[in-house]
Amino acid sequence: MNKPLRRVAIFCGLLVLSLLIRVNWVQFVQADELKNDTNNRRVAIERYSQPRGNIIVDGKAITDSTTNDSGDFKYKRIYKDGAMWAPVTGYASQAFGSNQLEKLNDSILSGTDDKLFFSRTVDMFTGEKQKGGDVVTTLNPKAQKAAFEGLGKSKGAVAAINPETGAILALASTPSYDPSTFAGMSDKDAKAYNALQKKNNPDDPMLNRALRQTYPPGSTFKVVTAAAALENGLYTDINAKTDSPLPWYLPDTAHQPLNNEGNIPCENASLKEALRWSCNTVFGKISADLGNKKMKAEAEKFGFNDSKIDTPVRAAESVYPTDNRPQNAMAGIGQASNRATPLQMAMVTSAIANGGKLMKPYMVDKLVAPNLNVVQQHTPEAMSQPLKPENAQKLQEMMEGVVKNGTGTNGQIDGVTVGGKTGTAQHGENNKDNPYAWFISYAKTSKGTPVAVAVVIEGSDTLRGDIAGGRLAAPIAKKVMEAVLDGKK
Amino acid sequence: MSSTTTTTTVGTIGAPSRRNTELAMLVFAVLIPVFAYINVGLAKEGSVPAGILGYSLGLGLLAGVTHLVVRKWAPYADPLMLPIATLLNGLGLVFIWRLDQEPQITTKQLGGALAPGQMMWSTIGVALFLGVLIFLKDHRVLQRYTYISMVVALVLLIAPIFFPAKFGARIWITIPGVGSLQPGEFAKIVIAIFFAGYLMVKRDALALASRRFMGLYLPRGRDLGPILVIWALSLMILVFETDLGTSLLFFGLFVVMLYVATERTSWIVFGLLLSAGGAVAVATFESHVQTRVHNWLNPLELLNGGVTETAQAMYSFGSGGILGSGLGQGYSRLIGGIAPKSDYILATVGEEAGLAGLMAILLLYGLLIERGIRTALAARDPFGKLLAVGLSGAFALQVFVVAGGVTGLIPLTGMTMPFLAQGGSSVIANWALVALLLRISDTARRPAPAPAPSTDAEMTQVVRP
Repeated sequence: MNKPLRRVAIFCGLLVLSLLIRVNWVQFVQADELKNDTNNRRVAIERYSQPRGNIIVDGKAITDSTTNDSGDFKYKRIYKDGAMWAPVTGYASQAFGSNQLEKLNDSILSGTDDKLFFSRTVDMFTGEKQKGGDVVTTLNPKAQKAAFEGLGKSKGAVAAINPETGAILALASTPSYDPSTFAGMSDKDAKAYNALQKKNNPDDPMLNRALRQTYPPGSTFKVVTAAAALENGLYTDINAKTDSPLPWYLPDTAHQPLNNEGNIPCENASLKEALRWSCNTVFGKISADLGNKKMKAEAEKFGFNDSKIDTPVRAAESVYPTDNRPQNAMAGIGQASNRATPLQMAMVTSAIANGGKLMKPYMVDKLVAPNLNVVQQHTPEAMSQPLKPENAQKLQEMMEGVVKNGTGTNGQIDGVTVGGKTGTAQHGENNKDNPYAWFISYAKTSKGTPVAVAVVIEGSDTLRGDIAGGRLAAPIAKKVMEAVLDGKK
Repeated sequence: MSSTTTTTTVGTIGAPSRRNTELAMLVFAVLIPVFAYINVGLAKEGSVPAGILGYSLGLGLLAGVTHLVVRKWAPYADPLMLPIATLLNGLGLVFIWRLDQEPQITTKQLGGALAPGQMMWSTIGVALFLGVLIFLKDHRVLQRYTYISMVVALVLLIAPIFFPAKFGARIWITIPGVGSLQPGEFAKIVIAIFFAGYLMVKRDALALASRRFMGLYLPRGRDLGPILVIWALSLMILVFETDLGTSLLFFGLFVVMLYVATERTSWIVFGLLLSAGGAVAVATFESHVQTRVHNWLNPLELLNGGVTETAQAMYSFGSGGILGSGLGQGYSRLIGGIAPKSDYILATVGEEAGLAGLMAILLLYGLLIERGIRTALAARDPFGKLLAVGLSGAFALQVFVVAGGVTGLIPLTGMTMPFLAQGGSSVIANWALVALLLRISDTARRPAPAPAPSTDAEMTQVVRP
């Protein structure tokens, strides 16, 4: 019986050998892959075993970490003024992941980024725990506060940019949410998170309206139409009479007139006067005269139809579509199928205010390692040149006229030159919903042009006409501009 | 110790008893788990755990008593098996105790801390070990109980059908006041005794009364009967108790013992064909089996949006890497429930002791198995040979089925890792199994009695010319 016994011995040996080979395969060959698998909870446990780096505004952290003793995760994210900063920070939740800056800069904040290799290596030798780096933003806390408080209970958004650099100064969206409420993973957090979801909350508080929501730009788009007219040489003198009959009928339609808001002097009005009174007929005709192709080209120079505007949080694509003649004419007054994000309109304003040069908008100034070494620094860069400097001058003059004695007088600031444009975008079928009130503006001092701002308020009561933009949105823009100017004094 | 023979267990006259070797290794077998215990305490609490004295004394006492009993009642027994069993049992206790430190899997519903119970079961197991060595003077006595063993094995196998299923398998019987037992663990020993007794008698008929056909020896129908009965029985266990492991174990056990008894390769071929056919047939209509196979083929797949136990075990192994996270510093509790302490205890070993530790554990099992087969080789009687190979084979299959299942080599079957995993029936039965092997090896290695002095020798004269 010994021969089969020896064979059984070999067989059992092979069984053990196959087990040894298998564990080598799993624990040596596949180990890294399994170790870093997204569903391997150890990854998350490791991540939350240390405080996360912070997001910094004006030298102060607007985020923090707190220890929670229950569960696997040691540290939890908390936010200071969470609701106000949510459109900037996004959220980082143990249970629901992260978004916006928290997500985009996750590797820096959690300390795993390759850029932190040196600091990590030093920590390894000194025996310190891995730490996260900080994200330093360009935001202005006073401007942000003015924007957020100005919006108050209404639904809307504010985007403010430094025209000279493209640095984003304010990014507010209301109604907002406090990311702290669901940063953990308890049932309470889940409840808070679910209550914020659009399907449970028609106000959609987690929507970042400043970056991620597009609106019909309404009359504020007339500055783009004016820019196209100047750039294409349709009109060169902003004080000369234009060829604008009243009533003016939309092209390719059966005598469908384009109406102005109220009885305003628009017949053959100069560009400056037309903008001051917000004449639909004048700008509708300019758009029709230039044609869809030229209008679209100019809009694109301002950043329309660009799906990759990364601040680094990606903004929704603002569109100026290829369209038929009547639609294109309507688009010229921001009332057709063209749509813009508040950031986009702030970019339009900032390009005009910056002598026609559009700077790439950004909100992360630098990334800092735990040892305070700067690992990445943003340098302002130009994005495009939608206007020649002289045309930018002309547009500025026109916009300043709007604030001085036009529809935007609510944007005036003592001792400061302010240029602006109001807008009220009708929406809903047959205009039945409440309109959007817009105001875009910039403030200019002897030292330069430190701020351009766009404000939009959704569905504000029943006020119609450009008055709405001037009455509702302009005061907010004014406060934001003042907040920025205060810091500059 | 004066002999110069090698460490082989093949009995030559004057083989050393190797009891001192065993003692020296037992010291290691006690020290290693004690250090592991301290290590866990230091990692979890930063201090030497309070129970260290009790644990060391307990384990040391068990090892000491077993050693003395072996020295007295089985002086020529194999010196490796007892230290390996002690080491595995001791490490198992440490791992279970370590998992008891995780509040999430030590809730009241899950039975609370399980290490104290396991310590008690281990003590009972060792007591049974001692009982076997003391009262079973010669393993051949067991031959007398061949058919009683068969009846007992059948009763043990069928009993769980009358009890409710637990954790997806119907392999438990519940005795009020005592708790749950897994009769399959005991059945594996009893059935090995039955097979050894039956085959010793029938081996010639099975081996010789067969026709040659295409290079294979086809047995006669009446000789084929028993294997078909066992095959059908193992499939029935699979179907009614949804217990893949046990059915595979018994069928494999029978084929191996049949092969050894008859020395006919054809039995292996038949065995493989039958088991393959049976497995395919069952898998086509048994959803339980299909799920297991599916999980095996897609180990990391999410189920209902959650991570499966299979995936969690794989993550444990992967995260452990080569050297492991260190005792007490892994997250194998994520496997959830009672599983990390029982079926999946190897995942904890893999994560916290790493590839190195896991391979060491597997090699210990391999060593124990090979010592068992060596005992079979050394045994002088066919019954002892068959019993030893049956017990070692069952042990080997169980280790392979469990470790292979947990590491994803083969589909998972719910069985316990001998000595290591939490489970009273398992630890008691395996101590008894080791005791039987030791008894056989003692008999095998015992020096043959010195030949009686021949009176002729003195009277014969050599006449020189």
